[in-house]
Amino acid sequence: MDPGRRKPRLAVWKFASCDGCQLSLLECEPDLLALAAALDVAFFPEVSDRPIRGRYELSLVEGSISTPEDAERIRAVRRRSRHLVTLGACATAGGIQALRNFAAIREFTAAVYAQPAYIGTLGTSTPIATHVAVDFELRGCPVNPRQLQEVLSALLAGRPPVVPRHSLCSECKSLGHTCVLVAGGQACLGPVTQAGCGAICPAYRRGCYGCFGPQQSANPVSLSGTLTALGLNRQDLLRLYRTFNAAAPVFRAESERHAQ
Amino acid sequence: MRSRTIRVDRLARVEGEGAVRLVVRDGRIDSARLSIFEPPRFFEALLRGRAYTEASDITARICGICPVAYQITAVHALENALGIEVSAAVRDLRRLLYCGEWIQSHALHVTLLHAPGFLGYHSGIEMAREHGEAVRRGLALKQVGSDIIALLGGRAVHPVTVCIGGFNRVPRRAELAGLTERLERSREAALAMVRWTAGFEFPDCERDYTFVALRHRSEYPFSAGRIASNRGLELPAAQFEAHIEQHQVRHSTALHARLRTGGAYLTGPLARYSLNFENLAPIAQDAALAAGLGRSCTNPYRSIVVRAVEILHACDEALRIIARYEAPELPASPYEPRAATGIAATEAPRGLLYHRYRLDADGTLLEARIVPPTAQNQAAIEEDLRCFAGAFLALPRPQLREQCEQLVRNHDPCISCATHFLHLEVTPA
Repeated sequence: MDPGRRKPRLAVWKFASCDGCQLSLLECEPDLLALAAALDVAFFPEVSDRPIRGRYELSLVEGSISTPEDAERIRAVRRRSRHLVTLGACATAGGIQALRNFAAIREFTAAVYAQPAYIGTLGTSTPIATHVAVDFELRGCPVNPRQLQEVLSALLAGRPPVVPRHSLCSECKSLGHTCVLVAGGQACLGPVTQAGCGAICPAYRRGCYGCFGPQQSANPVSLSGTLTALGLNRQDLLRLYRTFNAAAPVFRAESERHAQ
Repeated sequence: MRSRTIRVDRLARVEGEGAVRLVVRDGRIDSARLSIFEPPRFFEALLRGRAYTEASDITARICGICPVAYQITAVHALENALGIEVSAAVRDLRRLLYCGEWIQSHALHVTLLHAPGFLGYHSGIEMAREHGEAVRRGLALKQVGSDIIALLGGRAVHPVTVCIGGFNRVPRRAELAGLTERLERSREAALAMVRWTAGFEFPDCERDYTFVALRHRSEYPFSAGRIASNRGLELPAAQFEAHIEQHQVRHSTALHARLRTGGAYLTGPLARYSLNFENLAPIAQDAALAAGLGRSCTNPYRSIVVRAVEILHACDEALRIIARYEAPELPASPYEPRAATGIAATEAPRGLLYHRYRLDADGTLLEARIVPPTAQNQAAIEEDLRCFAGAFLALPRPQLREQCEQLVRNHDPCISCATHFLHLEVTPA
């Protein structure tokens, strides 16, 4: 290794989230120590107690923005970062906690906390890109460790990451799974959801629940017609589009067609 | 009287974001506070109005480190509500999922979060330069735990197979048999990990904890048993809320849990081990005693050895489950919704996890209550800081900070889990 060349500095930041996406970074186990050799892991509080300082070549951001402090903090992260990549549904679409966007936050707070007045929170949970420029958004609840490795390799090599934007159906068909929707009669969001998870839900005999968010050319109106013919009512459809990517624009718009 | 406040603003190598504040008066610790600055995510509120079939996948998102415990506690509670019996094979497969989750969660904590503090490194990655074999062994154990979950559920984080009544898909016998050889090697690796951690230097800190954990007549507890303590408590999960209260502490950002009959308690590996030693696999009992643990452990630093012992037990138990596995006739028992309330408690890697759901006749969730282990442990962690941090007050600031972090880390708090019911920004009236 050339001792004169500084390794790119990596930082991992957490906002409102479950830790699952940054754990996916550790799921790259066989390559984890190789990754550590290629990158200077400069800020990753879950793994290291070294403090924040200086600037970072690459910031990986997990979680959504749901408090005034976090809205400030993400701007500071952006200023320190050459590249900023969001990890997963929370950072990219607001996450499951974005269900508050459809409710009254005061009532939500009162349902959980004895003294709701003490809770400092925003009425919405929003993706990182609502607040700062994002260089790449990696989908998934959680992200797929393989795709995460691709993004890191691409950035290290100075090329754009290769991550498919087409539907889960293409991935599912190419893996040869029997269609859970057409053949199995189960509700499945595969036609409107982005590929990338490995079509695991159909492989495990259940319909896709959309955790990778909308694919690039989704037509949910058409899918909802098919699902209605299968027997789903408006409430079922509303719930189906409102889970981990509820605030992604395409899913939000379709869920609102089935509201009340 | 001289008073000063010591803050550790961002705890490193714990799951989630927390801070410690010590108030020192006349050279003694006057108060200790573990505060949490993770944003609340309101799970109990957003579950209302959802379908009962969604509870397991939604609550999994409370924690990416122990999603299996959330999924299975949710389906157990709903199965209790609906009177569903699952097949013996389904029960075994769920216990196998717990083995996988304990192995991956504990191996991560032991190797990357806890051990560096004993050996004087900033991170596991840095530690790997001089302890490469131990780090590679720990990561390989973590991988086998993740692979068990991924085999059963499609992926290691937020697996997709657990459902009310059983599973969406169950593996064939041959699929599980493929894990046997790796698990046998992992059992050896876990034994080596027990010996490695037993060689660390442990501060002489013992405390008379009130331990609370599940206890089962014949199993080291994953997902079944009654809630028990070392002070004579013994009750079914359904009576949890009658015996344990949540209360707010002045100037604290967190709701704490305490026994109505007697104060703070500790849940997690030390409690499970001390209440269930006789149900550990023989190989794990022998390894624990050889490592210098008694049948009960009240030194929080030694929890790293107890976690290694639990990894060893989980590898051994996984092998037993796989050896006797025959795929069930149906992946899931059939069921219909009805108006009911259901309760369950299981043992997440960090300790007791409690769920309660109330649903209406068509299966819509009307109410949800979730009490994660870290919320229960906060008061005990603060007591640890009060009792033990005093010995470190003369140290230079960076070392004092490290010692406080290690005291918190001893209990592997998962702040993401705890936060859905923690208070942020308590402002004076």
